[in-house]
Amino acid sequence: MPIPDLSILIIDENRIRASIIEDGLREAGHARVVVIHDVNEVGRTIADTSPDVVFIDLENPKRDTLEHFFSLSRAIQRPIAMFVDRSESQMIEKAVEAGVSAYVVDGLKKERVKPILDMAISRFNAFAKLTRELEQARSELEDRKIIDQAKGILMKTRGLAEADAYALLRSTAMNQNRRMADIAQSLVTAAELLGP
Amino acid sequence: MSTTHLTAGFLPLLDSVLLVLAREKGFAEAEGLDLNLVRETSWANIRDKAALGHFDIAQMLAPMPLAASLGLTPLASEMIAPVVCGLGNNAITVSADLWRSMADHGAPGNLAAGPSGAALAKVVAASRRKLRFGVVHQTSSHNYELRYWLAASGIQPDRDIEIVVLPPSLLPDALGSSGLDGYCVGEPWNSIGVATKGAHMVTTKAAIWQSSPDKVIGMRADWAQAQPERVAAIIRAIYRAGEFCADPANHAEIAQIMAKPAYLNAAPDIVGRALSGRFEIGAGAVAQVPDHFIPNASAANFPWKSHALWYYSQMVRWGEVTSSPTNAAIAAACFRPDLYRTALAPLEINVPVLDDKTDGTHDRPYQIAGTRGSLTMGPDQFFDGQVFDPSALDRYIAEQARS
Repeated sequence: MPIPDLSILIIDENRIRASIIEDGLREAGHARVVVIHDVNEVGRTIADTSPDVVFIDLENPKRDTLEHFFSLSRAIQRPIAMFVDRSESQMIEKAVEAGVSAYVVDGLKKERVKPILDMAISRFNAFAKLTRELEQARSELEDRKIIDQAKGILMKTRGLAEADAYALLRSTAMNQNRRMADIAQSLVTAAELLGP
Repeated sequence: MSTTHLTAGFLPLLDSVLLVLAREKGFAEAEGLDLNLVRETSWANIRDKAALGHFDIAQMLAPMPLAASLGLTPLASEMIAPVVCGLGNNAITVSADLWRSMADHGAPGNLAAGPSGAALAKVVAASRRKLRFGVVHQTSSHNYELRYWLAASGIQPDRDIEIVVLPPSLLPDALGSSGLDGYCVGEPWNSIGVATKGAHMVTTKAAIWQSSPDKVIGMRADWAQAQPERVAAIIRAIYRAGEFCADPANHAEIAQIMAKPAYLNAAPDIVGRALSGRFEIGAGAVAQVPDHFIPNASAANFPWKSHALWYYSQMVRWGEVTSSPTNAAIAAACFRPDLYRTALAPLEINVPVLDDKTDGTHDRPYQIAGTRGSLTMGPDQFFDGQVFDPSALDRYIAEQARS
């Protein structure tokens, strides 16, 4: 059951990822979600919203700043616990693997926080998967470009048909146990060096 | 010899140099370690990933294993430090504006801690706004050094000035954009502030407390206990790296290595300043600080229990932990001279026989007893003339509370 009155602060310099997490929390019925992209704004934001839970991405170098801020904060009277509870080591593992660090106001019941943290972790993982897929698509596109270029060189210098040029690249790659794109790259580099 | 894989976290700072050299110059490999270095973005990440076992070992701030063992950190776990990554390396740097005011109030411009602190006290007293200084982490040597210097200069931290935490690499920019008036950080970030933001170096760690420790190799106590051979191999690799780093003939090569994008990603001539001790301190002035960073001499890699206790005394002083015999024992237990001695015994290296020493009584080099004859130690004075005798810890803490 979502508990809509919980106030949640997300600090993420990556706007796309932040919005993915924000959307997930709103879908789960959490209306009081605030997203900031810069830790420098945190002072004012914390005073305004006094969050029960704070998420920050592990790549953010200002984690130290945030921890220090919490230790001084007048807005949050009690000390903070991180990752829900010190004893929840599996949860902590999962959060760190996903790249999320969570700060929870001490005294908050962990039954209330765990589902939120679970959601954030799965969204972080989903974002990482998206990024990987995008990267893969991009590199496939690059591969195709370089292979086309190599094919062109073979067609021109050896007088091959396109299909034969492709077959030659592929058999060379198989014989040498290398990627076709790598063979193509070597060919292009060599052509540039030897070319007119 | 079989090779064991080892993952170590580090932050881009010059004193990660022994860890980097252990890998780059093959000292780790010679000990059968395949050392994999992971650059991190914050000390909090280093601490948490070490506590969770993502890192076997890590470059850590000297007070960090204490904070973890004393339960001050979110993922409290027992941590130890069996080897120190050299002495010194920090400095305090201020903005051009603040430096002008300090110079007007008699700051000497020679990095002397006492007169610089006295000048800052006059500026603070006359200033209409609170000055803001940056340090790199709450339980950092930098925080305690800066506070020690301020307090001994008559400036009450938290009341008279503001201290904030920022990661090392962001400090010069924060100073340049007027977000900070000064900061305490390790090299190369003081030199980068001077070179790129018109900042001015005011004093150094070596001037505040001579021959004092800053970074250590930290690890979980249970991990270390389960594999003493690996721990010994790490200690020996770091020691060898320290020997290599101490030879001026190697400094140019080391500066090139550390300047690489994977490590400091900074110009070799700036990286090299901390190694040579020859600093541009601002406005074209140059200062020679021969003891700025001591990678190996003066038993620099030896984890003195008394050094752990000094950091503990400062944690008590600034209200982070309560003073008790139990807490003092926990803090002292984090530094492990026993493991250090055992690891270096096969190399026939001269190592201190005692676990503790008194700091603040030597204004020149002196001799102590080593396992293979006497050992030469550098001077160890505090700039305000105080003495830290670990056997009189309670009195030291009580006196600081009164001052």
